[in-house]
Amino acid sequence: MNFPSFRFATALILAAVALPAFAQEAPDALVKRTSGEVLQVVRTDPKVAAGDKQRIREVIETMLLPNFDFDKMTALAMGRNWNKATPEQQKSLVEQFRTLLVRTYSGALSQYKDQSIDFKPMRADPAATEVVVRSEVVRPGQAAVQIDYGMTKTAAGWKAYDVIVGGVSLVTNYRDEFNEQIKSGGVDGLIKTLSDKNKGVSGKS
Amino acid sequence: MKMHTHAAIVAALLLSACASAPGRVDDPLEPMNRAMYAINKPIDDHVMRPIAQAYLDYVPALIRQGISNEFGNIDDFFSGINGLLQNKPEKAGDDFGRVLVNFWGLFGLVDIASDLGIPKGNEDFGQTFGYWGIPQGPYLFVPLWGPTTVRDGTGSLIRIWYGPVGYLPYVPLRNIIYGIGAVDLRANALGATSMIDEAALDPYTFVRRAYLQRREYMVYDGNPPPEKDD
Repeated sequence: MNFPSFRFATALILAAVALPAFAQEAPDALVKRTSGEVLQVVRTDPKVAAGDKQRIREVIETMLLPNFDFDKMTALAMGRNWNKATPEQQKSLVEQFRTLLVRTYSGALSQYKDQSIDFKPMRADPAATEVVVRSEVVRPGQAAVQIDYGMTKTAAGWKAYDVIVGGVSLVTNYRDEFNEQIKSGGVDGLIKTLSDKNKGVSGKS
Repeated sequence: MKMHTHAAIVAALLLSACASAPGRVDDPLEPMNRAMYAINKPIDDHVMRPIAQAYLDYVPALIRQGISNEFGNIDDFFSGINGLLQNKPEKAGDDFGRVLVNFWGLFGLVDIASDLGIPKGNEDFGQTFGYWGIPQGPYLFVPLWGPTTVRDGTGSLIRIWYGPVGYLPYVPLRNIIYGIGAVDLRANALGATSMIDEAALDPYTFVRRAYLQRREYMVYDGNPPPEKDD
């Protein structure tokens, strides 16, 4: 075999080995890249700066949401109630919870303009299927806020299933809320509360 | 005036908390707390929030920063004491160091210590009690103050009692400083509270769980034991 074709073969083998690594972007790299990209848009997009709700929602839908595992997130927030829900109920719960989170994030996104994010080195077993990516949001003149992401490995790459802000886990917080709604109105009651909230009908407050 | 009213209310609540009723383990006084929450809501919506918002809108950022920093010095001092009480000499050293260094930043108006990378300990008496193994006790919602617990509320009372502002002999000045402190605190929390309105199905439950999670996290300096699923 002559020299150039040997090199070509080596390159092919290397590429074949490297490809899955590209497909499975490491969880910390994924969070870092995504938040960097979103911050970039928040800082530079004039429509986002002007508070254009449709554009903000678009940014969240296209850049953030694909990296979340809403099924797992909803199931965890439901806790032991998850298995009491029928598949149809589960489907609408995931749908409504997702909408609620998009609404919440839309309201908060423009507040992140002046912040920068530091990532902490991740110590994780390479074989782990669940990891926590730790970051720290620094805003000028304010105390830094820890933001951690609970990440799970899926067939489609790493996805976030929990966001922990200053020690407050989103999933844990909603577990209490969901529990309470289910206790008073069952799973359907919870779905109704969520959809009322999403439609902007003011619920119990 | 403000803080003393707080103190009186917290004290009254602590007393009533001793006669605890059955209910949620972490919130046995839920009916009373919900009533307090309902009393607080319109006051916050129509008085505290608008004042805090006006403060943000009309007071230049540089001045607000100076005010936050000035109160921060007192926090750092007490954080240092609590660092010692929790046998964390390094943290306490940082906090006392911050107070000394910042004294040179226009008597505490400029936070030089943060620029130098001296971290804030953020310790308080409630966390010290937690570190000593004292449980939170019943959750309390106190109008004009917000979420607390018997343990943390006791800590806050100690902090206010020994705080330097209380030693000022001229009462109107003292009250003005307490008032500014309250507005500063409320203004810094505006982002969080408007987020809660968006996110919460029942703001009372949402605030309670967030508060308890946050405090647990702080007691364990950011590494709380994993929460049990239920």
